[in-house]
Amino acid sequence: MLKSFPKGGIHPPENKLSAGAAIVTLPLPAQVVVPLSQHLGAPAVAEVAKGDKVVAGQQIAKPGGFVSATVHSPVSGTVTAVDALPNGSGIKTPSVTIAVEGDDWAPEIDRTPNLIPECRLTGSEVVTKIAAAGIVGMGGATFPTQVKLSPPPGKKAEILIINGVECEPYLTSDHRVMLERGAEVLVGTTLLARALGVEKTYIGIENNKPDAIENLRLVSAELSRHVAGIEIVPLKVQYPQGGEKQLIKAVTGREVPSCALPIDVGCVVQNVGTALAVYEAVQKNKPLIERVVTVTGKSIATPSNFLARIGTPVSALIEAAGGIRAEGPVKIIGGGPMMGRAMSNPDAPVTKGTSGILVVDGKDAARCTESDCIKCAACTTVCPMGLEPWLLSRLAQKQMWDEAEAGVIVDCIECGSCAYTCPARIPLLDWIRLGKTEVNKIIRARLNR
Amino acid sequence: MSVLLYTILSLCILGIVLAVLLYFVAQKFRVDEDPRIDTVEGMLPGANCGACGYPGCRGMADALVIQTDISALYCPVGGATTMKAVSEFLGKAAPEREPEVAVVRCAGSCGLRADGSGPVRARRNIFDGARSCAVEAATYSGETGCSFGCLGQGDCVSVCEFDAIRMNPATGLPEVDDERCTACAKCVKACPKSVIELRRKGPKSRRVYVSCINKDKGGPARKACDAACIGCGKCVKVCAFEAISLENNLAYIDPVKCRLCRKCVAECPTGAIIEVGFPAKKEI
Repeated sequence: MLKSFPKGGIHPPENKLSAGAAIVTLPLPAQVVVPLSQHLGAPAVAEVAKGDKVVAGQQIAKPGGFVSATVHSPVSGTVTAVDALPNGSGIKTPSVTIAVEGDDWAPEIDRTPNLIPECRLTGSEVVTKIAAAGIVGMGGATFPTQVKLSPPPGKKAEILIINGVECEPYLTSDHRVMLERGAEVLVGTTLLARALGVEKTYIGIENNKPDAIENLRLVSAELSRHVAGIEIVPLKVQYPQGGEKQLIKAVTGREVPSCALPIDVGCVVQNVGTALAVYEAVQKNKPLIERVVTVTGKSIATPSNFLARIGTPVSALIEAAGGIRAEGPVKIIGGGPMMGRAMSNPDAPVTKGTSGILVVDGKDAARCTESDCIKCAACTTVCPMGLEPWLLSRLAQKQMWDEAEAGVIVDCIECGSCAYTCPARIPLLDWIRLGKTEVNKIIRARLNR
Repeated sequence: MSVLLYTILSLCILGIVLAVLLYFVAQKFRVDEDPRIDTVEGMLPGANCGACGYPGCRGMADALVIQTDISALYCPVGGATTMKAVSEFLGKAAPEREPEVAVVRCAGSCGLRADGSGPVRARRNIFDGARSCAVEAATYSGETGCSFGCLGQGDCVSVCEFDAIRMNPATGLPEVDDERCTACAKCVKACPKSVIELRRKGPKSRRVYVSCINKDKGGPARKACDAACIGCGKCVKVCAFEAISLENNLAYIDPVKCRLCRKCVAECPTGAIIEVGFPAKKEI
């Protein structure tokens, strides 16, 4: 019996179209746009100005607060603008535009493919290097990694869980990373374990990726001298297992209480992509300037996995995957179909959190006409957080924020299982997201007072 | 028979005892309320819209009776006539206020023009989420290239209790009925983009205002919408009364200083300045 989380969950069609496509390095674009806010928290502060020459891996922005991240130039070239440009949602965010000239890298970066398994740094030195490399959670939440690795005083991490679940349909970037960069991921995992000072590490992988499980087991046997104490846990396929709280419950049986963080039960969760980035940052001095992006969907000619520089326009990735083969309008989604966000601006850049680009059209893209709630409780049954989505969405519509707070709307992980399952096709998540934002604002205002 | 008698008797005694008890309790906990509050409440429109700042007409009536200076209180729904009647009844100075009306400051119609040519503000994508401006505004910049203007989902229409604001299906923009609008400001609060403003109704409902809130520079603003204010400043120069100010690439006409000369309307290159309520110009 495979492990999984006990409450709620769904199993949408997996559609992992690009699972067999090896990672291809994308050619450099003519120009990159690097947003200064690619992470949760305060935007970074630009350290370059128009006309400055930069090389790949050079720091171009410093963190704008405690919860923030450093930003590096992903290419070599000249800064042509530092201004506000529209992101994928069309909302203007401060960005640095760089015209690409050649491909020069900062001299300290080791670009050889040699694996360096040993590390003599202490835990805090590892954290410092991770912070300097601007690494954020690469599963999509983009929480600055160094903050997660520095538990608040009085709290101690006991278990590190590496998230190789990739429960989102369509996406395969983590899958390919585990297959092709398994050794690096494992070394990165030991570095994360060292930074936290934990003894026990698990890598949770859903059972629909048997080749990745096999590969990581093989590599860990080969590298057993360096990567001791890592257990690979196959998990039953169930969405949203990639959610932190669900993964912790599935792997360790511990339950994160409402409104609490994983560290409160002694757990820290990191994505496999993050583990790879940590390896490159600590062992190869390479900051986070490129990532694996899945470009997929039934409207994409050849679903692919690309290693793309941060700041590459999404349209260039779609072009590289053979373009869109569809008549009529398509929906471009940044991320997976469940939690991703539809993009109104296809020229927006790839950021640190872009795990995939999904292009769908016709029936796959259309939303059905909504009808009245029949109180069937399907949404309540599938909610992995044990909430009542139908009620929360009503409360958000009626702007009854106090009641929504009492219904613990802030516990919602926005997995979209409720909206997926609703037989009346009510856009439950749209309303709950709105309510969550408003209630969070109210709570913050109360705390500040 | 005796069972029946005793039952009736005991119930009667119980009733009398409780009635006496209730009488004394009512005396003890009596709340004296100014009878004028009831009368004033009757004079107010009874819409309970909250435009006065009180939760309902009762709260407003309470405040009107209790406060000695009622100059800060005003019922926009009842308007000057109601406030005059109330203040005469209470023997206090009547608060005066210029009548106001809600004004939609966006002319970016997404529908075809009268001559059949393309829309003033073209849609670049389709929003298919929950039908709500609040949700759309929280999700992204909107269906058109303009990230400031009306989203057209009609949150203002659904909050209006006076049926004064309606969506025009041809343009996708809300339209305010001057006669019905009470300036309660519910739509102003409901609009996530702050498109709607309360403005002086003006003499004979005549108004001149900038029907745009786009703060982008001229180029991008014009590219997104043909009726955008591009911040050229021509109106500022032509205005003889210094009523127009230009800030963040956007002109604003001060309704207090504006004398309704309409020179700016003719001067505006994009037609972003709109005149309302003036008689139609004679054909020459």
